[in-house]
Amino acid sequence: MIGKFVNGAGLSLIMLATGSPAFAYKEGRSPGEIPDIPGGWQHLFHELLIDITVIGVIFAAITIYFLIKYRRRQPGQEGRPPKLSPAAAIGWAVIPAFIFMADDLYLAAESWTLFNEIRTVPENAYEVKLEGAMWSWNFKYPDGVETTNELRVPAGTPIVVRMTSRDVIHSFFIPDFKVKEDLMPGRITYVWFYPKDPGEYLITCAEYCGVIHSSMRGTIIAMQKDEFNKWIEAEKKASMEGGA
Amino acid sequence: MSTAAISPDKSFGRTLKEWIFTIDHKRIGVLYLIGSLAAFAVAGLMAMLIRIELGSVGPTITNPNTYNTWLYFHGAAMILAFQIPALTGFLANYLVPLMIGAKDMAFPRLNALSLWLFWAGIIVALLTFVIPDSPDIMWTGYPPYSLRTGGNTALYVFTVHLMGFSSIVGGINLITTIMYMRAPGMTWRKLNIFVWSTLGAFILQLIFIPVLAAAVTMLLFDKYIGTHFFDPSAGGDVLLYQNLFWFYSHPAVYVILLPTMGMIFEITATFAKNRVFNYKMVVYGGIGGVVLLSGEVWIHHLFTSGMPDWIRMGMMVSTLMISIPVGLLMIGLIGTLYRAAIEYTTPMLYAVGFIFLFLIGGLTGIPNAMTAIDLAIHDTHFVVGHFHYVMAVSTTFAIFGSVYYLFPKMTGKMYNETLGKLGFLISFIGVNITFFTMMVVGIKGMPRRYFDYQQFAHLEGLHHIVTIGAFIIGIGAAVVLISWIHGLVAGRKAVDNPWSSKSVEWMTKTPPPPGNFHPIPRLSEDWHPYGYGN
Ligand code: HEM
Ligand SMILES: [Cu+2]
Ligand SMILES: [Cu+2]
Repeated sequence: MIGKFVNGAGLSLIMLATGSPAFAYKEGRSPGEIPDIPGGWQHLFHELLIDITVIGVIFAAITIYFLIKYRRRQPGQEGRPPKLSPAAAIGWAVIPAFIFMADDLYLAAESWTLFNEIRTVPENAYEVKLEGAMWSWNFKYPDGVETTNELRVPAGTPIVVRMTSRDVIHSFFIPDFKVKEDLMPGRITYVWFYPKDPGEYLITCAEYCGVIHSSMRGTIIAMQKDEFNKWIEAEKKASMEGGA
Repeated sequence: MSTAAISPDKSFGRTLKEWIFTIDHKRIGVLYLIGSLAAFAVAGLMAMLIRIELGSVGPTITNPNTYNTWLYFHGAAMILAFQIPALTGFLANYLVPLMIGAKDMAFPRLNALSLWLFWAGIIVALLTFVIPDSPDIMWTGYPPYSLRTGGNTALYVFTVHLMGFSSIVGGINLITTIMYMRAPGMTWRKLNIFVWSTLGAFILQLIFIPVLAAAVTMLLFDKYIGTHFFDPSAGGDVLLYQNLFWFYSHPAVYVILLPTMGMIFEITATFAKNRVFNYKMVVYGGIGGVVLLSGEVWIHHLFTSGMPDWIRMGMMVSTLMISIPVGLLMIGLIGTLYRAAIEYTTPMLYAVGFIFLFLIGGLTGIPNAMTAIDLAIHDTHFVVGHFHYVMAVSTTFAIFGSVYYLFPKMTGKMYNETLGKLGFLISFIGVNITFFTMMVVGIKGMPRRYFDYQQFAHLEGLHHIVTIGAFIIGIGAAVVLISWIHGLVAGRKAVDNPWSSKSVEWMTKTPPPPGNFHPIPRLSEDWHPYGYGN
């Protein structure tokens, strides 16, 4: 714990001094390697749980100890508070403030790293456009194929979704990938995720959008690359035949 | 004659008239309390209905339209009509003049105006259940939904206007009172923590309410007279509203937090019979720090709203920094227990309960503050669990504790300790079952404001637990209410200073006469509101 505070304080000093987020980046990833966002999230969340549990237990334990030790033993009894010297009074404000700040900045730096990864779309990501509407998710693929409430993607490729809304605000939330971002009329936002393996993942709306808000859901279907290519070719053909 | 008791020699009509036209701050405070408890009761009933609906997958007792109205009313009423008025209306009005040794507020008639504006707000809010097109825009009222819905957005806007106007009038009054009406010898260094915290809260109200008023007025204009502030197809911007809304509504949680903390300090110092630990740290570092930081963190409500990345990072840091003043307040509070002589009355139990609830609530705010983590948990039940701990329930405990604390002062009678403690215990168990489980539901991905959860059907077991917890809270609240009625009807007579407090409000009679002090107290050099154990 102490080491962590010291690290946090040191790191924050460096960050403040250089004004650069560069120090918060994790080393050791080869260029082009795709960061594991859900894994990083779990890791950070776990670390955070330990952090807040430790702080909580310290505060709670001291409180419980005081509550038991200093209960009133006879009627009319009053407390016997120690006199705080001016130095002690200032110390009791400044030292805890510094400890809290060190922990805050440590956590901020950790979060900063992950956040940058979440917001940096990997190169060569497969791009899909999304328009939200009351109440459906409407996807549009690069080749013009369109789907509703179903996003088929090739597994093993990072996917970036560029989104906007036709009417009110919705929020594109994929619980499994730990990402969410709002869709707004008049604005374009994005979110990216990396379905490593084939599988199905839930999409669910996270911004109140009216009566059907809680049923505004969809599915991400990550397919083997060749299967995906077959599917999209077939769709293209079908839509061309249908449209012509 | 006494403040609250109805004397037998007067007709009921006469008494009613006296209360309606009153400009006595104590009666105004009591009328604020009655209004805010009424709002709490109705909004609490809504919470129970919401929880029954969410108890199992699929429609249970209602349809999504009605459900959304319940949820709208629950949130809006709990904040605008219960917590803010109970703290800055009831407690500030009732206590501040008594605590500083004043005969009344600086502007008694203005005080009556702010009271009746508040009551008008309550009536307008309650119209929700009468009109056919009830509002369904949640307490946040985000456009474009609030502009497109068939629900009555104007009702929401007018409720906010009335409550806001009431608060502004009250704020001017309270700040003036604190500045100019202090009794001789009541120096700034001896001001009760509650008075300091009220001052902080009203400074925030005066700075930030106009922003909210502007935001909802723009909503009104957009919806009903065709302006385009929030309409991107005509050059407006949907995010403008969210920024304005949270620019007020984040500081608003400190408007709620500060007087809450203030009352917890009063109760703790009185029953621990101890001085407040490091008074200056609490006032300058804690209250001052919260006031200074409150306006620099609102983007943490917009972490997934497509704001530029750099501002999300910046406001993550400022948000985390809030832990500094809040941590100092907690150290001051827990330090007040050090070498104390704690007596466990009902109000003290509520104060102790507050410490633990607030600890859980405060620490679970850190995951929300960390942008990268929040991208996943924003707008889920985790947030709902967190803010009920840190604000909804903590503050409700402070308000209930304060009602018990001031019960003798207001009514001249004592409540029954056994009933009071029983109500506390049941509620404390209930809130932990409910809101801790709610956070777990949220971590597992379930978004908030969901009428149904087919896609999270596997969470039904947890939802059962949340609903059972809510019912335990309901039973607890009923016991609390019974204890108050019992105290009013059958309580034994209270002495002037039943808690042997050193604070000025207990130096006058209980209940205090009109004009409070005859004569105004002169406070000696060595008097201090927390001068115990010297
Ligand atoms: C008495 C026990 C209470 C219970 C059982 C309860 C329960 C709930 C539930 C189930 C929700 C809806 C979650 C969702 O689907 O989004 C909710 C929302 C909310 N509650 Fe409570 N609540 C209680 C007390 C309070 C209190 C005292 C406050 C005071 C501030 C409060 C403020 C809110 C707010 C602001 C919302 C959000 C409404 C919105 O989404 O617009 N609640 N509560
Ligand atoms: Cu939606
Ligand atoms: Cu939605």
